[in-house]
This record gives sequence, structure tokens and C-alpha cells, in this order.
Amino acid sequence: METDLGWWAVPLALIGGAIRISTPFLFVSLGETITEKSGRINLGLEGTLVFGAMIAYGMAYLIGDAWTQAEVAAALAQGLPAPDVSARSYPMAAWLGVAIAAFAGAVFGLVHGLICSLKRVNDIAVGIAMMLFGMGIAFYFGKPFIAPAAPDLPSIPFAGWSDIAQVRDAFNVNVLFIIGIALAVFLWWAFRNTRLGLILRVVGDSADAARALGYDLNLVRTLATAVGGAFAGIAGAFLSLYYPGSWNEGISSGQGLMAVALVIFARWNPIACFWAAMLFGGTSALGPALQAVGVTGGYYLFNAAPYILTLGLMIATSSKNRAMAGAPGELSITR
Amino acid sequence: MVQLVGDGGDAIAPPPRITGRSVVDWISRRAEAVVIPLGAILVGIVLFGVFVGIQGHDPFEFYNLMYTGGFGRQLSIENALSRAAPLLFAALCVALPARLGLVVIGGEGAIVLGGLAAAAIALPLAGAPAFVGIPAMALAAMIVGGLWIGLAGALRHYRGVNETISSLLLAYVAIALMNQIVEGPLRDPASLNKPSTAPIADQLMVGNLPGLNVHWGFAVGVVACIIAWILIDRTTWGFSARIAGGNVRAAQIQGLPVGKLIIGFCALGGAFAGLAGMFEVAAVQYSANGSLAARYGYTGILIAFLARHNPLMIIPFAILLGGIEASGGLIQRRMGLPDATILVFEGLLFVLILISETFYGRFRIFNPEKRRAG
Repeated sequence: METDLGWWAVPLALIGGAIRISTPFLFVSLGETITEKSGRINLGLEGTLVFGAMIAYGMAYLIGDAWTQAEVAAALAQGLPAPDVSARSYPMAAWLGVAIAAFAGAVFGLVHGLICSLKRVNDIAVGIAMMLFGMGIAFYFGKPFIAPAAPDLPSIPFAGWSDIAQVRDAFNVNVLFIIGIALAVFLWWAFRNTRLGLILRVVGDSADAARALGYDLNLVRTLATAVGGAFAGIAGAFLSLYYPGSWNEGISSGQGLMAVALVIFARWNPIACFWAAMLFGGTSALGPALQAVGVTGGYYLFNAAPYILTLGLMIATSSKNRAMAGAPGELSITR
Repeated sequence: MVQLVGDGGDAIAPPPRITGRSVVDWISRRAEAVVIPLGAILVGIVLFGVFVGIQGHDPFEFYNLMYTGGFGRQLSIENALSRAAPLLFAALCVALPARLGLVVIGGEGAIVLGGLAAAAIALPLAGAPAFVGIPAMALAAMIVGGLWIGLAGALRHYRGVNETISSLLLAYVAIALMNQIVEGPLRDPASLNKPSTAPIADQLMVGNLPGLNVHWGFAVGVVACIIAWILIDRTTWGFSARIAGGNVRAAQIQGLPVGKLIIGFCALGGAFAGLAGMFEVAAVQYSANGSLAARYGYTGILIAFLARHNPLMIIPFAILLGGIEASGGLIQRRMGLPDATILVFEGLLFVLILISETFYGRFRIFNPEKRRAG
């Protein structure tokens, strides 16, 4: 049943938005945390995100379509009447799309990592180039996938008991969100308590110490960038396969970049990344939430809220004179 | 801060005596700066040809169309130069801060707001003569653009906020601001499906260069590049900026006004980008609308890096990219390739030009001392 919640709809939509919109922020920022812990920065994740969104959507559509046709063909081969496939949806196809996006993201990260391993090549500039290249190639191959509908990722209705549609919507939690939380906790633990986490930190904090210990800096950093890219690819898959849930050329407007800024704000701490992502998700929902209750005046300005929030947080947490607490020592962005 | 400008052997050194050998050395050092980018572009052309070829298209037809559409005829050259106009300004917005080791990528925001400011000030000036109205539009655009990028510079200097991220965030804010104003307070009720400001008065429209179907923005852009080059290469400010870009500490110990340099160079770059928006309004669109966010700012980044942040080199590369972008429509129509084809080509060139940075100083032929020693 539909209940008119009045202004209560706004905080509810913000909470719902925080849960729904935060997932891509969370994945990109976790990936970037891994990359930056190794002492490199990948500004190209915006491009990876857009490409991940395209490839996940396109592949999920093609796989789902192929399975549907195979089902029809199998039925016809057995002499049965063709089954009604109009309402078929294959979550498995969507998950394969996520996996392919992760793989594609890893390839992007690998390319970024390898280029940055060359002498005299600037990692920030390479990030900008990879951002433009990733978006270009996503638009190039993405043209045919703008119209068709691909299968969705499944979600868990935590508030299925509620009578109020808005409450049910707000607490419809995607599986990737839960995986993201688990990953944040795991990474937080792993950075401190595992051998790999220690190697990553030593490479990121002191190149000299890492060399003395016999680690190959470029190898560690390139792999860390590839893992970061894979996370961004998954974030892109979430955008196109769950929310907003379609592929078009305007699917991301800076989420990948804001997530990079968010890592600095979160002080390279995966748990803080989660809270920051929730904050960003809620802020992103501000424009649509106010519009839903009839405030349409500053629509564009409210939609700019996440950018302004990011800027504000960067201003509040950066400092001119001292190195930032928790920053990896080899990171060029904080020097 | 990062070292963006390569040491082209032009650091502080006594003036050399001109001898036969020194001329050869000078040429071979300079040749490096030409041969390496050209090599990168050539590799890009071959790689993209393979990319097009794999998909069953004829790469030779592709490049033939690119040449015809961008440079082959009078009409296409005019098209290339018209498109180069905003790119010249946008590239300066990257190249000037780069002297100080800053990577500013938010020129798009200054373009959009510059265009909006020009269109806004043109409204009360509808009755003013051109010699008052057009400079006023240019000034308004430069001030707003300068403030916008200057803000990124100020945040960098006073708060240590990374200018790459902040300038791009500011670009998104600028586009939202422009949309809000164009759809709200300044909306021309007559613009139905594409919200715009009211058209500027006829006498405020900027016309074409004599004998060419190219608007004055191109000529002003070339002059801007020359001014920027003089500033960087021939003045003490440019020299101080280069020192500060190389080593902030050293510059501060020398007593150089690092903060003023950072904010000033960012603001000047932003002012130029604002001019790009002003000419889009005064010579192309005749009003401010969503078409101002046409990605010129992003192509400008590529041009600045291709030119290695040398304002004079921006001129040929802006024309080159202007021509490549001008040919996009023709390639799309004749070969059925997506409109993003040019974006992929540009992205590939960008990646390759950055990879090519690693080759400076590695080739003996370009390094006279090494050549003789070896």
C-alpha cells in the first residue's frame, strides 16, 4: 500500500540512498586504498568504472540472451512448444557480468601499473590519460547496449515485512553492498595482520626499506594497481546492473574520482572508507529525495552536493605544512 | 609537487660560444623534443589502424577520411581552425600551471562559467557598441574563469589540497551552476527544448577573420599562446615559476613568492579558458547553454601534454587535434564507426605520449656529450 510520508520521506530516502548509492564509492575507494597503500595513485579509476559498467552490462545482456535462446532451441529440439521467455531473468548472467568487469578492471590497472613502472613517467598524468581512454573505449563499444535490458543483480529485501513502499525500497540491500562491507573489514584486518598487507605497507611507506628487504617495488605496485582496478570494475558493474541499472554514456559523473578523494579523507583506513562511502551515498540522494517531496528549485545545485562535500572534506582534512596522518610515505599526491 | 616539465637542457647555463659543433649539438638536443612526440603519434596511428582493421574496417580509408575531413580542403581546414580556437585556450589552462609542477585538469569548468559570464554581461549591454560590449564580455569571462582556477591554486597553496582532484570537482560544480542558472534566473523563455540565455545583441557577435570562415577566437588564441610563451620563457616571473616548479624549498629560500606564482599562473590559465567560453558564446552559440560543456577542456589536457607544456607548441597540436575532431563526423557517416572513435584515438595518443616521456635522454644521437663519450 502507498502511504504518504510527507517530509519523513527525505531522511528515509537519504538512508536508502546511502545504502544504494554508496556501493560503487565503497568498492572504488577500497581498491584505491590498496593501490595507494603501495605508494601509487590511480586517478584513472573513473575510466575503469565507466568501462566496467559497459562491459558488465553488455556481457550480462549477451549471456542472458544466449541462454534464453538456448532454452528455446532445446525445447523446440525436443518437439515441445517454445517456452515463454519474455519474463526470464538470469541473475547468474549478471554475476558473470560482474566477474568480467572485475577482470577488465584488473587489465586496466595492470596497464596503468606497467606504464607507471617506466622511469620518468608521472602517475597522475597517466591516470588522467587512462581515464579519458577508458571512457572513450567504453562509449565506443557501448553504443549497441544502450537500448536492450540486461538482467539485474539480486537484492535482499530486509524490510519485506513493512507495509510502506518507501521503507521496503530503502532497505532493499544489494548483495554487493554486503560483500563490500565484508571486504572493508577483511582489508582492515589484512593490512595489519597478514604478510601481504605488511609487504604492501612497507613498499608504500619506504622504498628504501622495501628494497633492502628484497621486494620488487614495481611488481608489488603494479599488482596493487591491478587489484584496485578490479574493484573499480566491480563498482562499474553495480552501476549498470543494479543502480541506476542501465548503461548509458552519462552513467558516472565523477564517482570514480570522488572515491579517490574519499580515500584521502578516510586516511587510507578501509573501515573509514565505508563510513565515508555511506556519507557520499546519502549526499548523492539529496537532490532526488528533495525532488520527490516537491522541492524542485535548486535541482542542479543539490545534485552538485557530493562534489561540494568532497571539496569541503578535502579542504578540512588537507594541510599545508604537515604530512597527513596515516599517509603512505611514497605517495606523490600528499607530498 | 611533481616534475612535469622535462629538463630540455635549458636550465641555468652560461651562453655558449657559437661554433659549428655547438650548432649541431643545439639541433640534436632540440630534435629530441620533436622526434620523440612524433614517434609516439606515429605509433598511435599504427596501433589505432590495427584496432580499426581488426574490426573489418579499412584503416587507410579511415586516415584518408581523417585527412580529408580535417585538413584536405579549404572548408575542412577552416573547420579545423575553428575547432582549434577553444582548444588553444584550454591547453594554456593546463600548460601555465604545469610550469609550477601543477596538474590542473578542470579547465572545462572555467570555459563553461566564462561563457556564462560573457552571456550574462551581454544582457544589460544589449544597446552598447561593439567596442565596449565585446571587451566587457571578454573581461567578465576572464575574471570568472581566473577566479575559478585561481581557487584551485589557492586551495593548493593555502591548504595543500591536491589541485588535480579539486579542479575537476570544481568543473562538475561549474557545470551544475551553469545548468541551474540557464534553466532558472537567466533562462530565455523562447528557448524551449534547449534551455539557453537570451541571445546576445547582433553588434556583440564576433565575426570571422578576413577572407576565412574562421572566427576571431582563433587569432586571439594564437596571440594568447605567444604571450604565454613570452611570459614563461622571457620574463623573471616565468623563470621564478620554473624554479618553484622544480623545487619549492629552493624557491622559498630564494625568497620567491611561491604562493603568488601558484595562484597567479592558475588564475591566468583559468582566464584564458574563460576566453574560450566567451568566444563560444560570442562567435558560435550566441547564447550560453549546455553546449558550452563540449569537452574542450579535456582535449586541451591532451594538447598541453603533447606540446610538453610549451605554449608555442600548443598552436600546431591544437590545429592537429582540431582537425582530427573536425573529421569525426565524416568518419562516422562514411564508415559507420561510433562517434566515440575519435575519443579512443585521442586516449591512445595520450597514453602513448606519456609512455614516450621515458625515452628522453635515452638515445645517444640526441645527447651530444654522451654521443662523443661513447
